[in-house]
Amino acid sequence: MNRINQKLKEDKKLLSIYFTAGYPSLNDTVTIIQNLEKSGVDMIEIGLPFSDPLADGPTIQASSTQALKNGMTTEVLFKQLKDIRKSVSIPLIIMGYFNPVLQYGVEAFCKKCQEIGIDGLIIPDLPVDVYHDEYKTIFEHYGLINVFLITPQTSDERIRFIDSVSNGFIYMVSSASVTGSQSGFGDENTAYFKRIADMHLKNPQIVGFGISDHETFTQATAYAKGAIIGSAFIKHLTSKKIDTINEFVNFVVK
Amino acid sequence: MNYNVNEKGYYGEFGGAFIPEMLYPNVEELRQKYLEVMAEPDFKKEFNQLLKDYVGRPSPLYFAKRLSEKYHTKIYLKREDLNHTGAHKINNTIGQILMAKRLGKTRIIAETGAGQHGVATATVCALMGLECIVYMGEIDIARQAPNVARMKMLGAKVVPALSGSRTLKDATNEAIRDWINNPVNTHYIIGSAIGPHPYPDMVTRFQSIISEEIKWQLKEQIGRENPDYVVACIGGGSNAAGTYYHFLHEPDVNIIAVEAAGLGVNSGESAATSVLGKEGIIHGCKTLLMQTNDGQITEPYSISAGLDYPGVGPMHAHLCKTGRAEFMAITDDEAMTAGLELCQLEGIIPAIESSHALAIFEQRTFKPDDVIVVSLSGRGDKDLDTYIKYFKL
Ligand SMILES: Cc1ncc(COP(=O)(O)O)c(C=O)c1O
Repeated sequence: MNRINQKLKEDKKLLSIYFTAGYPSLNDTVTIIQNLEKSGVDMIEIGLPFSDPLADGPTIQASSTQALKNGMTTEVLFKQLKDIRKSVSIPLIIMGYFNPVLQYGVEAFCKKCQEIGIDGLIIPDLPVDVYHDEYKTIFEHYGLINVFLITPQTSDERIRFIDSVSNGFIYMVSSASVTGSQSGFGDENTAYFKRIADMHLKNPQIVGFGISDHETFTQATAYAKGAIIGSAFIKHLTSKKIDTINEFVNFVVK
Repeated sequence: MNYNVNEKGYYGEFGGAFIPEMLYPNVEELRQKYLEVMAEPDFKKEFNQLLKDYVGRPSPLYFAKRLSEKYHTKIYLKREDLNHTGAHKINNTIGQILMAKRLGKTRIIAETGAGQHGVATATVCALMGLECIVYMGEIDIARQAPNVARMKMLGAKVVPALSGSRTLKDATNEAIRDWINNPVNTHYIIGSAIGPHPYPDMVTRFQSIISEEIKWQLKEQIGRENPDYVVACIGGGSNAAGTYYHFLHEPDVNIIAVEAAGLGVNSGESAATSVLGKEGIIHGCKTLLMQTNDGQITEPYSISAGLDYPGVGPMHAHLCKTGRAEFMAITDDEAMTAGLELCQLEGIIPAIESSHALAIFEQRTFKPDDVIVVSLSGRGDKDLDTYIKYFKL
């Protein structure tokens, strides 16, 4: 069974952390992953940096720009991750935009992910319809779970379609925003979290965008299976050393 | 061969809507409604009325006698430079502002490079009393000060794009992010025939007034509707799309697309996407774009800010791939020389973008009887600074 599905069965609220590969330094990738696992994180999203990240706010954009300057490429990332499964056992997901995947070759990319032991992909600008018609069989052939986003504006009908195409979890964007642009959740967010929970989808939901601390983590996971932190973690990496990752994680899950 | 968009939003293999889910409701609403709205008699009436009374259409089709004599052929200029705000861009912004109103939107966003589309958007927002926010690369704000001032006078808020290379592509990213953050009340007026479906098709249809007029104007002037060639410069490709539209399926009309070669196609400082680009995804559509082997989008260069875009609209990628259009690349120097020549032979100061289209006559010979229509997409007022520096005037 895919590590993501296994993890989702555990009887706890999951903490997933996003970071941009190649940031702060080109060769931090493996250490960051190992430190995150040691700190008790449940799942990791490894960001493959892109020059034009449409869905990201200033924090992740800046880390992507820096990572590219540091020399990160698809090839370099795959090399860095070559032996990752010798030391890390939690689910690993690559999150990136579609153009770099397309240039690598979708099938070649998926094959490489399987060889390394990547469990899933999140590609925000690969729409569910295109995935369903053109790429689903390839992803499944290489044992990869593709994760789709929903937002407060996504219609129930479309959520049901996304649920039917998904085989891991659904990435629930907390509010209409790019990454890193929120502070705290209000009634509107909570109502949305509850509305989705009440749909009793076949895939569990993990909330992302706007989660930065213990309070927002608790609010987000009141109805959902877990939560993803990105920008707040990047900020921590920017101001602190990568051997203080456990401080950040302890501060979120306590 | 079909050169128009198909029902799935593709031109051959190019186009589509590669957008994050956050944009789906907005883009989908537009996709479902744009053709219906554009077909409404009320919409058509208002659009045509504004094009006539406010923009000043039809724009003249002018037989450039002295230019024709010099190149021993028959050159007609489609005078988009005489439109209100000085370029073809306003055809699209008039259409889209009416669309935005019909969709019940109250807030307008746009991206701009040189500022021409920003000014055209600020203009129609003032006309309709709608809030207007224009994203512009920090570097472009510094080099296009007069257009920044125009937008401000027209009541728009100009927001600097501080990310990435701080030019047009980043301004486009910022506009898209704004749309993600404001999904309910906002309409995004894209400035060229680019972006996710239905934008390339919608912009093309609004600009197709250019070739619609060329047809009856040529008929009036020379007794036939079809020229032998239509020529236009390509940034994202909106003036070109409008100039070609009604001739796409007329096999006797040759299409020439002119890209900016910058300092030379192989100089590393160029915007000749059809030569340097590869298939990929930029700003929500699959098309030809300039990128690294790794799929990172690279920064183009041209002396004309309006041609300084790393992609081309998907319709043009298809015209290129199928061979329906002939693509030519013109350097900075060739364009500047052609611009000055038009001033001296015809008394018209062209936009540097349009000068690229005019420069083909030095590169290529035509028959004396050939009828060639060139889109003079804009006037040169905005480029005076560049002309002054270049020619040390
Ligand atoms: C006068 C003029 N011509 C051409 C262009 C290029 O745009 P497009 O390729 O969409 O016509 C611009 C863009 O700013 C322009 O201002």
